[in-house]
Amino acid sequence: MFYREAGQYKTTYQSDMAIFPLRQDRIGILIILALAYVAVPLMASDFILKTIMLPFLALVLAVIGLNILTGYTGLISLGTAGFMGVGAYACYKLTTLFPEVNILVWILVSGFFSAGIGVVFGLPSLRIKGLYLAVATLAAQFFLQWAFVRIPWLYNYNPSGAIEVPLRTVFGVAITGPTAAIEVKYLIALTFVVVLTWVASNIVHGRIGRSWMAVRDMDIAAQLMGIKLLETKLLAFAVSSFYCGVSGALFVFIYLGGAEAGTEFGIRLSFIILFAVIIGGLGSMIGSFFGAGFIVALPTILKFGLPAIGIAITGAIAEKIVVMVIGALTIYLLIVEPHGLARLWQIAKQKLRVWPFPY
Amino acid sequence: MTDATLTTRKPFLGESQRNGLIAGGVLALFIAALVVATQTGTITRNDWTYKIFVDPFVSMVDMPDLLVQTVWEGFVAGVLYSLIALGFVLIFKASGVFNFAQGIMVVFAALSLVGFYEFLTLTLGMPAGFVAAIVAMAGAIGIMFVLAVAVERIVLRPLVNQPDIIMLMATVGLTYFLIGFGEYIFGGSPKVMITSQLGLPTGSTMLDFAGGRVNIQHLDLAAAIIAAVMIAVLGFFFQYTRIGRALRAVADSHKAALSVGISLNQIWVIVWFTAGIVALLTGIMWGARSDVSFALEIIALKALPVLIVGGFTSIPGAIVGGLIIGVGEKIGEFYWGPLLGGGIESWLAYIIALMFLMFRPQGLFGDKIIERI
Repeated sequence: MFYREAGQYKTTYQSDMAIFPLRQDRIGILIILALAYVAVPLMASDFILKTIMLPFLALVLAVIGLNILTGYTGLISLGTAGFMGVGAYACYKLTTLFPEVNILVWILVSGFFSAGIGVVFGLPSLRIKGLYLAVATLAAQFFLQWAFVRIPWLYNYNPSGAIEVPLRTVFGVAITGPTAAIEVKYLIALTFVVVLTWVASNIVHGRIGRSWMAVRDMDIAAQLMGIKLLETKLLAFAVSSFYCGVSGALFVFIYLGGAEAGTEFGIRLSFIILFAVIIGGLGSMIGSFFGAGFIVALPTILKFGLPAIGIAITGAIAEKIVVMVIGALTIYLLIVEPHGLARLWQIAKQKLRVWPFPY
Repeated sequence: MTDATLTTRKPFLGESQRNGLIAGGVLALFIAALVVATQTGTITRNDWTYKIFVDPFVSMVDMPDLLVQTVWEGFVAGVLYSLIALGFVLIFKASGVFNFAQGIMVVFAALSLVGFYEFLTLTLGMPAGFVAAIVAMAGAIGIMFVLAVAVERIVLRPLVNQPDIIMLMATVGLTYFLIGFGEYIFGGSPKVMITSQLGLPTGSTMLDFAGGRVNIQHLDLAAAIIAAVMIAVLGFFFQYTRIGRALRAVADSHKAALSVGISLNQIWVIVWFTAGIVALLTGIMWGARSDVSFALEIIALKALPVLIVGGFTSIPGAIVGGLIIGVGEKIGEFYWGPLLGGGIESWLAYIIALMFLMFRPQGLFGDKIIERI
């Protein structure tokens, strides 16, 4: 009834190809942005901001990054956490070497370091694909993790082997470090996510995105049509790793405030991000948000929601149940909807278009 | 054979042979140059080239006992990698599913064995010893059967005909489920494998060898023998039994197997059950060498490079690949590891696999990958 395109005429090619062709969608996204920028920092408690919103915003970029690689280009990667680590360590080294430069610049620049590493490890993707490529990216994961532990230069010879986020201010406002206000951190992360999502969505809707999808659907056919496989695949690796790198930098600088590579950027994180991509929906931007939200919210809901409705579980058991439930839910979701939550969203929108009539 | 191949003259050497000759020649030249450079004093002991290319080989020749010890350790580790990879191959051949959960099935099987044993001796009051261990073993095999049936019913059957990545993710989901479930039931703390109760030897022998001593654990020897026997039994099972023939038929083509009346669902249960038994034996041997805990998860991932080296569909490939990875990794860690600060074992296997990918993407024994549009 409210969600209908009647009377909205598309008179140009641009308006037909727009990311949000319906006026209701455009209004909806504005409302969501307004809520995210104004209502959430004002209303939400520090607990929700800290345990849900910050990890969600940090991980969503990594999920988008992996979605670009796996969902849009069809290359499986199990090295996501390694590339995130590159971003985090690059940002840490840069800001300790050049403390006077704005930290926001370094968070973005660290993405380029990650992109470079991603291109190097993406090189085998020209010859191999599928599970073979998954193993090649596992090499990246374990090698990078080893490097974070064994090269002391990366963590400034800190005896604990961890990196600690220093205090950095922009225009006098503390952004990172222990004294920064949580609302400020939230707004910074949100801005990064909004801008980078806008960029990614434009990339995948344009020429580059189409060549990625052509490679995904059948790489030999794409090559016959004149798409250069090497450039296209490496570009996908570069862009994907860029997003992972920025995500890693945000993860450490905004959310954790310090990290030890051996524990934070392990193979488990890579798998969790792959889960998020598949649960959210391969090849879908909105799906990346759903997937990231799902994997961040589920543990918190199980840990704090179950006791609230009267089922008493201790923290230690909750951890195990969470792992179990994530596994079971993944299988369940794959069975009922292999195209992920994004597909459910599409179905819901389709239904809403004709509501209250059945068709 | 097409017309083109009939009319073109066969070249003197095949492409791979020619490449091999060129690579061998370059390698020989390189070695000769190194020898000359070292003898004439162009490279001294402190040069990095000496440390990387000369020093490890010199110490290999100088201390053969250390080399043998390293190779033996690599061999034992390789046997265990091979066994995990064997489970992968069994399932991949029969159902085309890449079973990521194989590593966790190893831990799960070992944990249920130990858990059963504790239950029998502590709660039911059975006397500790061989009998209880055997009963526990039967229980663990039963659990693996239930698992196989459950996986086929709940996971595989609804997901049949889905793309590979969906199946892969389903087994990753299974991995997580088993980790959570196992930790919930058996607790997160590492457990001690019931080695001596199962009648496995525990001592070690020192062999005198070339002026030094080589230490061989009896358990490792037993592991190698058991692995060899198991592979022989599996080979016999695949080659000569009715079910084995059905399994090979399914591996060749699902559709053709269905059309001659082979039940795919039944075959999948059998194959997952076989993989479960392989997992149980692997778990016993692995658990005997260290504790039984979920830390094994990372080591289980090493089966992936093994598969790359050996090929996804070949049982001998899994064995040879496992030995190559195991020995290569230990030698690399022992002779070149210190140059890089140690701990390179964690990624060396993957790099070895990558090198194989560059030259033989289908693995040593794998089927040749043919792509059509």
